[in-house]
Amino acid sequence: MSIVLPSLSGEKSETFTAVSKFSAPVRRPVEPLGRYFLAHASRTLRGHTWSEFEKLEAEKNVKQIEENEDDDLGDEQQSEELLAHDPREWKSADLYAVLGLSHLRWKATEDQIRRAHRKQVLQHHPDKKSASGGLDQDGFFKIIQKAFDVMLDTTKRQQYDSVDTNADVKPPALKSSYDFFEAWGPVFASEARFSKKQPVPLLGSSDAPKDEVDNFYSFWGKFDSWKTFEFKDEDVPDDTANRDHKRYIERKNISNRKKLKQEDNKRLIDLVERAFSEDPRIKQFKEAAKKEKERKKWERDSGSREAAEAAAAKKAAEEEAAKKAAEEAANAKANSKKAKEAAKAAKKKNKRSIRGSVKDVDYFGDAAKADVIEADVDALIERFDDVQLSTYAAKVKDANADAVKTAFTEAVAELSGAGKIDTAILKYFV
Amino acid sequence: MSAVIGITFGNTSSSIAVATQDGKVDVIANPDGDRAIPSALSYVGSDEYHGVQAEHQLVRNAKNTIINFRDFIGKSFDEAETAAPYHVGAPAVKTADGKIAYDIVRDGNNELITVDEISKRHFKQLKDAAEDYIGKEIEGVVLTVPTDFNEHQRQQLTSIATDAGLKVLQLINEPSAALLAHLSADEDRLLQDKIYVVADFGGVRSDAAVISVRGGVLTILATAHEYGLGGDKLDEALAEYFAKEFEKKTKVNPRTNARSIAKLKAESIVVKKTLSNVQTSTCSIESLAEGLDFHTSINRLRYELAARQPLSEMTSFVEKAVAKAGLDNLDIDEVLLVGGASHTPKLASNIQFIFPETTTVVAPALDPKALNPTELVARGAALQASLIESFDEDEIKESLQPIVVNTQHLTKPIGIKDAEGNFQSILVAETAYPIKRSIQVTNGESASVVVELYEGKRTIKETVVEAEPVSDEDSEDDYSDDEPEVKKELVYEAGSKLAELTLKDLKPNSKLEVTVNITQNGTLHLSGRELKQGSVAVKGEITSA
Ligand SMILES: Nc1ncnc2c1ncn2[C@@H]1O[C@H](COP(=O)(O)OP(=O)(O)OP(=O)(O)O)[C@@H](O)[C@H]1O
Repeated sequence: MSIVLPSLSGEKSETFTAVSKFSAPVRRPVEPLGRYFLAHASRTLRGHTWSEFEKLEAEKNVKQIEENEDDDLGDEQQSEELLAHDPREWKSADLYAVLGLSHLRWKATEDQIRRAHRKQVLQHHPDKKSASGGLDQDGFFKIIQKAFDVMLDTTKRQQYDSVDTNADVKPPALKSSYDFFEAWGPVFASEARFSKKQPVPLLGSSDAPKDEVDNFYSFWGKFDSWKTFEFKDEDVPDDTANRDHKRYIERKNISNRKKLKQEDNKRLIDLVERAFSEDPRIKQFKEAAKKEKERKKWERDSGSREAAEAAAAKKAAEEEAAKKAAEEAANAKANSKKAKEAAKAAKKKNKRSIRGSVKDVDYFGDAAKADVIEADVDALIERFDDVQLSTYAAKVKDANADAVKTAFTEAVAELSGAGKIDTAILKYFV
Repeated sequence: MSAVIGITFGNTSSSIAVATQDGKVDVIANPDGDRAIPSALSYVGSDEYHGVQAEHQLVRNAKNTIINFRDFIGKSFDEAETAAPYHVGAPAVKTADGKIAYDIVRDGNNELITVDEISKRHFKQLKDAAEDYIGKEIEGVVLTVPTDFNEHQRQQLTSIATDAGLKVLQLINEPSAALLAHLSADEDRLLQDKIYVVADFGGVRSDAAVISVRGGVLTILATAHEYGLGGDKLDEALAEYFAKEFEKKTKVNPRTNARSIAKLKAESIVVKKTLSNVQTSTCSIESLAEGLDFHTSINRLRYELAARQPLSEMTSFVEKAVAKAGLDNLDIDEVLLVGGASHTPKLASNIQFIFPETTTVVAPALDPKALNPTELVARGAALQASLIESFDEDEIKESLQPIVVNTQHLTKPIGIKDAEGNFQSILVAETAYPIKRSIQVTNGESASVVVELYEGKRTIKETVVEAEPVSDEDSEDDYSDDEPEVKKELVYEAGSKLAELTLKDLKPNSKLEVTVNITQNGTLHLSGRELKQGSVAVKGEITSA
C-alpha cells in the first residue's frame, strides 16, 4: 500500500516554501571498503579538483571514534608521598589519586576506571619495574589493586565515596561576602550525589518560581542519603582465639558508623538551614506574600481607605521596629553563640594542654607507664569543671616534671576532697 | 582464482581467504588442514613449528613457544601490557632499545626474537600456505586491524608484511570487514539501511563496533574494547572446574606445576569447542599430575554455569558499546557475532536475551545459515582485495584521502508526513552525503496535495502487554508473576518542519514521486512530480544549520 499525501487545505500560491534549516550534520569517516564506498569515492573525485583549503577542511572536526579525547586518562602524576604510602594503611590513601582519577572521582565511569587502572598497572607493575631495571617495589602496586577492587565493587565504591571528602564542595565561609547562587549552587550539586532519590532538585537561580524553591527546600529538608561509613571501620581481627575482642571491635564499628551517620545528617541539616536563612528568594517571597495580603485587605477596606493607610503606615513602622528588634536579637544570639563557641574552644585547648603536659615532660621519666599515666590524666580531665580546667592548664603550662606532677597530685586531692573522684580508679597518681 | 587475498592476523588465530570468480569466498586451510591457524611459533632443536603444531608445544616446550604477540606490534615494552595475566609461553622481555622481544633457545643457542621478527615469520608461513593452496604467487593482500590500532601500529604492520614478501593493498578495520562479509552473503542485505553491532569475541580480547549501513556505505558510530576478556577466560573457568574435580577425586592439586596447568588448559579448549556443538563432552588427560590420569565428562549446562562470570561480562560488553554510541538496544537492527568464542551457544542466547525481539542476533547457534564467526573477518578482507585488485596504487591512495573518507552525515532522519499525520522516513540518520533517495506516493482522492518535509523525532513507545490469561489446567505449574510486560518500540514522529511543496490538479490515485537529494556541499533538494510522461517537477532547496 502506498503512502497517501495529505490534501492541500486552502489556497496556496507558492508551490515551494522553505520553512527551516535541517539539523547540522556531523563529519565522520566512512569505512573505505565495499562496492558502495568505491562508488562514493569515484562520485566524490569525479570531475572534481579539490582546493588545498577544502582538503584541509575535510580533516577538521571529524568525529573521533577511538577515545583520544581522554587518552591522558590516568596520566596524572602521583605525589611522592602517595607513591611511598604504606600499603598496609591503604585505606588512608586517596584512592582516586592512586588511579590517577582525582579530577573525576565519583564521576568516573567504570570504563574510565578500567582504563586508568590499566595505565597504572602498565606503569607500576612490579614485573615491569624489575624487567626494566627499576626498583623491585610493589607497595604502591598493592594499593593500586586495592583501589581497583574498591572502585569496581558497587557497594565498596559507595562506601568509599561516602567518606571521600576530597570530592565535596565546601559551603562558603561564614563571614565572607559571596553571591548566594554562585556559592551555594555547587554545594548542593555536589551533595545531590548522595541522595537515594534521584533526580535531585538543585538550587536554581534567582528568578526561580516559588513552588520550585519550596520544592527544593522541602526535598532537602527530608534528604535521604545513602552515605554509609563502613570504610572507617577498624579492621576486625580474624583470629578466632580472641573471640571477645573480635566481637568488641565489631560492636565498636557499628556504633561508630551510627555516630558518623548522625553527624553527617546533622551537617546536612545545618547546611540546608543556613542556605534557607540566606536565600534572597525566600525573603522576596515572604515580602510578596505580605504585600499580597495587604493589598487584599486594602481592597476590602477601600471604604475607609484613609484609616487603612494610617494603619498601613503604623504597620510599616511596627514592622520596621520588629525587624530591628529581630535583627538585634539575632545579633545577640550570634554573639552569645560566638561566646559559647569561644568558651568551647578554650575548653578544648585547655584539655589538650593538660593532656599534652605529661608527654612534654616525658611521663616523668616513666615512659613505660605512659598508657597508665594518660588514662589517669584523662580521668581527671573528665571530672574537671571549667574553672578547674583553666587553673590546671595554667599550672602545667611550660612547667617542669616536678611542677606538673605536683599539679596533678593537687588535682587528685581537690577532686577526691570534693567527692568527685574515686581514687581507686587511678593507677598512677595515688 | 585471483592472486589477491585477505589475511586476518589475531592474537590467538589467523585466517586467510580468497575470493573466487563467482563472488564466493574460500577460506584457505594451511597444510595442517586448519582454517583458524593458531598465531603461534615454536622452536625445537633447529626446527620452527607453526600453527597447531606450535601450540602443542605449549605443554612440553612452553619456554620456546611464542603466542599472543599481535597486539605488541608498534608498541614499546613500557606501553604494552606484557605483564598480562595470561602468562603462557615464552615471556616477553625488554630489548636494549625499549622494544619487546622473546628470549628463546634454538639449537642450543640463545636467540632474541623481536615482535617484528616473529610476526614476519608468521606472515611468511601464512603466505606459503596461501600460495600452496592457490598455486600461484600472491600478488597483493588486504590486512585487517582492530579499530584501536594507531597510525604507528598500522605502519609497522604494513612494513612487517612487506618484509615477509606480501604487498599490502589496504588495511581495513576488522569489524567492518566482518560486516562486509555478512552483507555480501546476500545481495539484499547491503542496501538495507540498518544499524549493526559487530561484537568480536576472540581469545584474549573483545571488541565491538556499532556500525550504520546506509546505501551500502558503512560508518562506525562507536567502538568498545576489553582486553583480557575472551575465549581464554572461558578456558580458565573450565580448567578451574576440572582442577576442582580432580582434586576431589585424588586429593592432588593440579595447579601447582606449569605442565599440569598447560595440560588442563589444552584439554579445556578442546572440551569448550566440543560443547559448542554437542551437549556433553568427555575430558581425558593422561598423567595430569603425579602420574594420575583424569577422566570425566561434562555437560553444556555445567560448563555454562562454571563460565557464568566471563559469559555475562561479554554480554554486558555488547550493551556498553551500544551505550557508547548514544543509542538504545532498540536502535540496533542486528548484532553480528564474530570471533572464535562467538561459537558459544550460551553467549549468543544471552545476547539475544538483552535485545528486543526486533533485533536479530547472527550467530551459528541461533541461525545455522550464519557464516562461521571465526572466518568472517578474513572473508571481508578477501572480498575487499578482489574489489580493489584492478586499481593501481595511486587510485587506492586517492580514495583514502580525508576529502573522500571524511564525509558529512545526517544527524536526524528526514521524511514526509502522510495523510494520517505519520512520519514516513526517506533518509535515516547517519546517512553520508551525497545521497539521493526517492519514494513513491499517491494523492488518493484529493486533487491537490502537499508534501511536507520534516525531520524525524525519535520516541520510544511503551505499550503494556496484557499477560495471557492462564487457563485452569496448567495454572498450578505455570505460575506467572504479576509484573505486566512492557513492550518498547522505537517510533519516529514528525519533528520540526523543513519545507513544503504543493502538487496540484491531479487525477485521483495518481502515482507521485518525492525525491530528496543532498549534495556533497550539503544542500538539500526536494522535488515532487507526477510519474508520467512530460510532467514537470516542483522543486526547492534548503540548507543545514
Ligand atoms: N567452536 C568453538 N567454540 C568455542 N570457542 C571457540 C570455538 N572455536 C574457537 N574458539 C575460541 O575462540 C578464541 C579465538 O578466537 P579468534 O580466533 O577469533 O581469536 P583472535 O581473532 O585471534 O582474537 P584475539 O586477538 O582476541 O585473541 C579462542 O579462545 C578459541 O578457543
